[in-house]
Amino acid sequence: MIKFSRKQIMIIGALLIFYAIVNLMINAGIIDSYLQLNIIVIGINIILAVSLNLITGFTGQFSLGHAAFMSIGAYTSAILTANFSQPFILSIILSGAMAAIAGILIGVPTLRLKGDYLAIATLGFGEIIRILALNIDYIGGAIGFNDIPQYTNWTWTFGLTVATIILIYNFINSYHGRACAAIREDEVAAEVMGINATYYKVLAFAIGAFFAGIAGALYANYFYFIKPDSFGFMKSVDILVIVVFGGMKSIAGSIVGAIALTIISSFLQGIPELRMIIYSLILFGIMIYRPTGLIGDEKLVIGKKKRRSI
Amino acid sequence: MPILEVNNLTKSFGGIDAVTDISLDIDAGDIVGIIGPNGAGKTTFFNLLTGLYTPSSGEIVYNLNNRVTTRDLKPHRMTSYGISRTFQNIRLFQDMSVMDNVLIGFHSGLRYGVPSALLRLPSYFKSENRTYKATDKLLDRFNLLDKKYESAKNLPYGDQRKLEIARALAASPRLLLLDEPAAGMNPRETSELMELIRWIRKEFELTIILIEHDMSLVMNICKKVFVFDYGNLIASGTPDEVQQDEKVIRAYLGEEVEKC
Repeated sequence: MIKFSRKQIMIIGALLIFYAIVNLMINAGIIDSYLQLNIIVIGINIILAVSLNLITGFTGQFSLGHAAFMSIGAYTSAILTANFSQPFILSIILSGAMAAIAGILIGVPTLRLKGDYLAIATLGFGEIIRILALNIDYIGGAIGFNDIPQYTNWTWTFGLTVATIILIYNFINSYHGRACAAIREDEVAAEVMGINATYYKVLAFAIGAFFAGIAGALYANYFYFIKPDSFGFMKSVDILVIVVFGGMKSIAGSIVGAIALTIISSFLQGIPELRMIIYSLILFGIMIYRPTGLIGDEKLVIGKKKRRSI
Repeated sequence: MPILEVNNLTKSFGGIDAVTDISLDIDAGDIVGIIGPNGAGKTTFFNLLTGLYTPSSGEIVYNLNNRVTTRDLKPHRMTSYGISRTFQNIRLFQDMSVMDNVLIGFHSGLRYGVPSALLRLPSYFKSENRTYKATDKLLDRFNLLDKKYESAKNLPYGDQRKLEIARALAASPRLLLLDEPAAGMNPRETSELMELIRWIRKEFELTIILIEHDMSLVMNICKKVFVFDYGNLIASGTPDEVQQDEKVIRAYLGEEVEKC
């Protein structure tokens, strides 16, 4: 079966210890509910950023509709857990699957578009989903969906965040992931080297959407309440900002970006009148002094570093 | 049986015929040159051969492992048929490492599915290890092994050309199309390239079609030469025959003005 290298065992060990410590601190009350909320939001943001990075950073398809996939996952999970009392694990998987199906449906017609045009098409898709949700009474329409059971906790968030990172990392470091990167670099050359560009773009979209759907499920089952406007255009931009801030083509960047920006915006909530100004200034600073993002270096993930041989 | 048969191939863009009614056969194992002045339709011809353009009329037939006809020509299927190419303006994956560029060349030879990749099942390790080894071997043959972690864009020009050929060979083609491999090279690099192409043909048992402006290269290594002018095939034959051909001389040097 699968053998682990010493480095992998150490990483697994470190993760387990980290999980156990945080878990203990939550149980002992050292981490209060406000801090716990922030930790869970960080986890959700990491999942969203890493999955968007697969689409935008690695495959080079500029998407402004990531929140829509999150919304599909959130509503799916809300319906399954609140209306049909299904177990959380099942609703998480189905949330991801629904979002992935939506990703394929939207991907097939739009992914022949490039750059700005794709951005506008995905933006339109995001709006369609939002307006649909506003007008379906079964899911509460504009009033929102209430009384969703709160299943999301530290364990679910931690497990799914780690799983997302590992699976997307594995995907990127396979020949499928290399094909996606080749499409980003030069689509014609990629095609001539035997890569079916349409297939891989839709695949990246579907995988990205799947994890965004999972993030949506975590979100819905943490906050009891969701409404269509939580998953609007601005949410998509927020996720994109995390990806660009941390560094496109870098998973580590998306993780660091999600942590940093969640903490910053949580601190700034104390001074609401200056919040957006300071937030924007920080983004300006990063873009001027580190145009490729905090950890904007693909070499951390693809290539450059020496590969382990297992 | 010729490895490639082209029958009455025409491609027009709007009212302009870039390639007009070209018919030619190419035999397996040869190095064949395509020459002609700028705008003669050579690269258009390559793009037709690799499915990047759809012919306006005419037929392309490959006799490789299977018979491949015009209808089957899709760019992303070419490597699986055993056809690989390079580009006139080098099209490497610039921001990726030398190694990753060649790894991508192996794409059509890899089979494990997305679940194996996500979960790193044994088939993943088996294929990947084999591919990494083959990549190192190929880079070593092209003297690029010590640069394998460098970004492709940081390589010297000659190495970029070499890397593009290495990437094309990673797909283990039986027919290799080289679009101006010597463009921008100095005479020393060109003569090295000549040796390299000869060696590739022998080592990998390939048929090579190359477009080239450098006459010394074409005349030295090509067994047969096709001359294009304004989209027409105006001459074909051995390098010596072509050099004597009146039409070719006219295409390159212009017509002699008659004295009155």
